[in-house]
Amino acid sequence: MHKELIKYALFSTVVLLAPLQFSGSYLLNVLVFVGIHTMLAVALNLLLGYAGQISLGHGAFFGLGAYLSGVLTATYGWNPWLTMLVAALVVGGIAFGIGFPILRLKGHYLAMATLGMGIIVYIVFNEWVELTGGPSGFSGIPSLSIGSFVFDTDLKNYYLVWSFVLGCVLLSVNLANSRIGRACRAIHDAEVAARVVGVNARLLKVQIFALSAMICAIAGSLYAHVMTFIAPPSFGFNISVELLTMVVIGGLGSIYGSFLGALLLTLLPEFLRFMHDYDIVFYGGLLMVMTIFMPGGLVRGIPALFRKLSGLRKGKGAAHA
Amino acid sequence: MLELQGITQIFGGVTALQEVSFSIRADQITGVIGPNGAGKTTLFNIVTGIYQQASGRVIFEGRDISGIPAEQLASLGMVRTFQNIELFGQMTVLENVMVGLHSRSSSGLFACSFKMPWAIREEQRIREQAMEWLRFAGIEELAGVTAANLPFGKGRMLEIARAMACKPRMILMDEPAAGLNSQETLGLAELIRKIRDLGVTVVLVEHDMELVMDICDRIVVLNLGQKLAEGTPREIQDSPEVIAAYLGDDE
Repeated sequence: MHKELIKYALFSTVVLLAPLQFSGSYLLNVLVFVGIHTMLAVALNLLLGYAGQISLGHGAFFGLGAYLSGVLTATYGWNPWLTMLVAALVVGGIAFGIGFPILRLKGHYLAMATLGMGIIVYIVFNEWVELTGGPSGFSGIPSLSIGSFVFDTDLKNYYLVWSFVLGCVLLSVNLANSRIGRACRAIHDAEVAARVVGVNARLLKVQIFALSAMICAIAGSLYAHVMTFIAPPSFGFNISVELLTMVVIGGLGSIYGSFLGALLLTLLPEFLRFMHDYDIVFYGGLLMVMTIFMPGGLVRGIPALFRKLSGLRKGKGAAHA
Repeated sequence: MLELQGITQIFGGVTALQEVSFSIRADQITGVIGPNGAGKTTLFNIVTGIYQQASGRVIFEGRDISGIPAEQLASLGMVRTFQNIELFGQMTVLENVMVGLHSRSSSGLFACSFKMPWAIREEQRIREQAMEWLRFAGIEELAGVTAANLPFGKGRMLEIARAMACKPRMILMDEPAAGLNSQETLGLAELIRKIRDLGVTVVLVEHDMELVMDICDRIVVLNLGQKLAEGTPREIQDSPEVIAAYLGDDE
């Protein structure tokens, strides 16, 4: 418990101080997206890393949050904060409803079903032109504000998004270390045994699915208000797969690992710009190398790497002596 | 305590169980024995809600539990262990037993993520009670070990500790002595007696005759999907039908 507190304090300090280093730089803008991706990756990790249920359709929940917030505030003039809450509840409700039939499926079948769900939602964004603006996107979404304080600069948006991330990470860490988190991991390891000792596996999976969707919806809502413009490609198959990659690269079943995964996969394309057209090759190659040599993800792989390096150094020292 | 009434199960035309009826008395250790293929494990899976029988009823404490899913049986007071130990491999020994307390705790998603005071108190209680059950099973020194790394015998003890954490009134064990050495089997026998002395009814399916004759108060013998005999260990040992079933008839 104590260790969790220290980790969280360290994490928040880094988050709060980071803008000092990057203020005025375009990287601050990128870090806003790291924050949104962190929320999404944490949400997916609760489902995949803890409860062991895959989803290839999380982009849909992200998009539903974004479009609900965008349309209700810009077209219907709703209060943005209230809309964010409504979007989270509506998307959570939808996920709860489709969770019961969908989560009866396992493994590849579940992957296919969630993939299908993602595609259907994407088509709706594209085709329901009068409401969503269709392929040309939806603009004019107001920025969030508290009284006369408007979140309209990169720095303000940074703190806006990251305060949500900090909240989300804290609640997720708490949940992961509670009886619910344990029950999820138990389902992951041995579902029949978990049921026999009284874990209602079916209901719990659906609950986690809905919770995960709600976090995605809030992230979507933030995204809409930060960008003020949204378009269907941001919520399609690509983002769903990218999220999956973040979770796996970061480390399944580690909340902070999801942050590392989101950080790496969001920043990397920026740093690879100098490679021009070859960046995607390098990016793909790096991911392959990492999954082969760090199967436990960054969060377990980096400490292991350090241990190995210090072991090598000691080994060499001994050989010389 | 537990009554089986005319249980019949058919797998693809093969009758695995045919009209099996017997009852299990409270606060006793009952052994279910029989040669391979007698239908013991099938019977177990029916009683514990893993399979659904073709016909017949299972009455637990006066209530028909046929068709009740496994997770609800735990809160009704019935829990089981598996022949090939089913542990939560990636979790620690203590955490495994803490999951056993799931049905005896209630904090929801909200209370757990916001660490409400009652959720913290409950977590504390879960941890302490889980430690007690580890002590009961004699594996408290392994609390921090990842379950997948346990030797088989300790894994068996953990599985029983986890099942006991559900506070069952009846525990069913599917071949608990399978894979244990003689030393470990002695420890198991002692643990099973301790469980009965807590007032928990024990039912075991077992191949180890020495263990069964040693600890069981009553024995039910199955053969070819039918009940062959029922009685005290002494009666069973002297029963000509049982001897014939195990050693073969002189035909």
